[in-house]
Amino acid sequence: MYAAHTNDHGHDEHSHKPSGIMRWVQSTNHKDIGTMYLWFSFAMFLVGGAMAMIIRAELFQPGLQIVKPEFFNSMTTYHGLIMVFGAIMPAFVGFANWLIPMQIGAPDMAFPRMNNLSFWLLPPAALLLIAAQFAPGGGAGVGWTLYAPLSTQAGPAMDLTIFAIHILGMSSIMGSINIITTILNMRAPGMTLMKMPLFCWTWLITAYLLVAVMPVLAGAVTMTLTDRHFGTHFFNAAGGGDPVLYQHIFWFFGHPEVYVIAIPAFGVVSQVIPAFSRKPLFGYASMVYATASIAILSFMVWAHHMYTAGMPVEAQLYFMYATVLIAVPTGVKVFNWVATMWKGSLTFETPMLFALGFLFLFTLGGFTGLVLSIVPVDIQLHDTYYVVAHFHYVMVAGALFSAFAGIYFWLPKWTGRMYNETLGKWHFWLSLVFFNVTFFVQHFLGLAGMPRRIPDYSLQFAEFNMISSIGAFGFGLSQLLFLYIVIKTITSGEKAADRQWEGADSLEWTHLPSPAPWHSFETPPVVK
Amino acid sequence: MGNKGFRKWVAAAAMFFWSIAAWAEYKLNLQTPNTRLGETIYDLHTIITVICFVIFVGVFGFMFYAVFKHRKSVGHKAAQFHENTAVEVAWTLIPFVILIALAVPATGTLITMRDASEPDLTIKATGYQWKWGYDYIKGEGEGISFYSALSTPRAQIDGTDIAGRNANPNYLLETDNHVVVPVGKKVRILTTAADVIHAWWVPALSVKQDAVPGFIRDAWFKAEKAGIYRGQCAELCGKEHGFMPIVVEVMEPAQYTAWVSTQQKKVAAAKVDPGKTWTPEELKEQGGKVFAQNCVACHQATGMGVPGAFPALNGSKVVNGPKDDQIKLVLNGKQGTAMNAFKHLSDVDLAAVLTYTRNSWNNKTGDAVAPAEAKALR
Repeated sequence: MYAAHTNDHGHDEHSHKPSGIMRWVQSTNHKDIGTMYLWFSFAMFLVGGAMAMIIRAELFQPGLQIVKPEFFNSMTTYHGLIMVFGAIMPAFVGFANWLIPMQIGAPDMAFPRMNNLSFWLLPPAALLLIAAQFAPGGGAGVGWTLYAPLSTQAGPAMDLTIFAIHILGMSSIMGSINIITTILNMRAPGMTLMKMPLFCWTWLITAYLLVAVMPVLAGAVTMTLTDRHFGTHFFNAAGGGDPVLYQHIFWFFGHPEVYVIAIPAFGVVSQVIPAFSRKPLFGYASMVYATASIAILSFMVWAHHMYTAGMPVEAQLYFMYATVLIAVPTGVKVFNWVATMWKGSLTFETPMLFALGFLFLFTLGGFTGLVLSIVPVDIQLHDTYYVVAHFHYVMVAGALFSAFAGIYFWLPKWTGRMYNETLGKWHFWLSLVFFNVTFFVQHFLGLAGMPRRIPDYSLQFAEFNMISSIGAFGFGLSQLLFLYIVIKTITSGEKAADRQWEGADSLEWTHLPSPAPWHSFETPPVVK
Repeated sequence: MGNKGFRKWVAAAAMFFWSIAAWAEYKLNLQTPNTRLGETIYDLHTIITVICFVIFVGVFGFMFYAVFKHRKSVGHKAAQFHENTAVEVAWTLIPFVILIALAVPATGTLITMRDASEPDLTIKATGYQWKWGYDYIKGEGEGISFYSALSTPRAQIDGTDIAGRNANPNYLLETDNHVVVPVGKKVRILTTAADVIHAWWVPALSVKQDAVPGFIRDAWFKAEKAGIYRGQCAELCGKEHGFMPIVVEVMEPAQYTAWVSTQQKKVAAAKVDPGKTWTPEELKEQGGKVFAQNCVACHQATGMGVPGAFPALNGSKVVNGPKDDQIKLVLNGKQGTAMNAFKHLSDVDLAAVLTYTRNSWNNKTGDAVAPAEAKALR
């Protein structure tokens, strides 16, 4: 099959893998590709994190000390783009690759070559986003939402960014098709949809969301591109267009995108909490229905991101009602997690700590979301630091904490080695404390009237900004500890048991050794 | 708990409340509203936050109870129950009812908020990169028109005058011209923009409305008390987004009337005699002022621009080339770049600023652009 294949893994008849770098470049194996997704996302997490450090360093004190306003705007823009498209989304695709075949009893993903392509599209896209910083005029300081007409007047960096988004979109769509096909066609005998681990369910739903909305984003940025270079006027009133049209299209993608990030996070937490409660998930079926309801509602609420953009009062009322409705299925999920813990037999290893951190802080972010859904209140808080605090509670304490929970949970299965529990707990507590120091105070800044995306601020905001910056530096440094823990686990961790967590009951724990073999299930297990 | 323990507890509680008092200097809540509607919104926010807080404490009360009592280390054995239709229906319906209770007052407030009909005074606010323009369109003061730009000295921002910054309570929140309105009158603000989207926001007046180029939106407020209220542009609009504040001065009616008459006298006095002939020196002097208000943010006081982003005027081929080409470029802007059309400048200002650029720094064309030349190319 491959010219340079070696067969040093004699115990594994089907391991036709080339050695060295070609193993990774040509890989069609779901585990290798999952690993690459996870490392890629961590690298992007560091790049996006470095940008956040620049932002917080500039905001440490009033005045312009370190960077110029245009560079600051570029940092906020690419911090957002890189964290959303480069760090969080690929991290969960990495989980999907590793776990879905193992959890449904399949040997690999349905389309292994497409899987390879969907990963290898990511590095060029990341390079384009980084290269944009060096385009004439610097990065496009237009915000991650890329609103027109600011984006149509930006420099050549904008074109690089548009192409990066096209490529990222292709990657996401291919990955989603692969996930949908794998889940629908490759389940082991007896593994009905309603027996799947919840993680698989959340990814099935997420993949449908991605297939539906990525083309919408591609359309929005393509219209921006043709407005910029080919004489169209989609977003230019002078030519019969409308700048607000861009916002409608963007947020039709953008709101489901929020759930593209949050729903797999729900899936991870729904595996971790029952395992450490030693008790089944309280309402499996209602969790599935709640997740599906959230996904469907997410298509109907986009304009709550643009209450101040101008729309009829009837439309504002409709979007307010639809938005508050999302609190119902979200509440169902939170109640289910708490009920799962109720009368369990709880232990608090690092994955559980991160899952509880997620539960507590994500819910807080959900509540500020409810505050923001009320139009008259949102009009006061829109485009302020309150919003910045809100979505970082959902994205960082929500999605990122859940990803950490997942990595600590499955690392023994993936590597066959255990991480250092003491260091893991340090990582959790440092992250928890510094996260709140950074973002909790931003609620107050927003309430008091500090707009977001400004490189300098009036003196009344000085104290909280300094506190927030100190928290951010601490949070950033704490993540280096995570890198150390992972490397130490891979190189010298203690040997992990096949079923490292006694409460974990999905197939990868009950039927596969640690580390999991090259092909997960060559003969499908029978699920009763 | 002995007497000693109790005293310790009281001391701890006292410390806690003292620290809350110390926090009073930190702004923890929305700015004090200066409109009736703003007070309603303020209360609405308080109610929602309190409801959220109560639910939060309730839900996580359960969670922390489980965390402390149902842990393996205290010997708790896991029960294996799951699914309970009654509980699941309850925790779906109860939040639904709470949400309806929230949506009802919010609906009423929103409908009032969006009713900008029958205003006493209508002012159009136009967002420019990066300042605001105001036109008093209807009501007392009709016809008044001015620009309003940041007046904080550049030295305070770039750190050459840190003492000045620290002594400036309105750092970044001060403008050369205030938007003046009468107290107790319904003021309707029409927002629009000349280039990109901006947002007109004054927190204490509870108004935030995007200013969209090519479209007009509206919002309104009725100030309860006289005073000065400050806000900022709230929609990312490019490089100087953080530096285009909004200052609204609410005056008693008599004072407002006096302000209107001085403004109108100023307008009359400033009305340039259309027949006046401008000397090149006068044009250049006037042009320096126009440049400082409109061009300096991008092209810089040195005329060197920002390499890669904003082209230099010093030594520029266009600036040193034929006058007509430069006039057309400034009048119409350059599509696809941050160079917007400057049609809104008067013929005199346009001629002046062009004369200034053609004869400043190393540019020595030695010619002057006459207002008539600018007018001819409109």
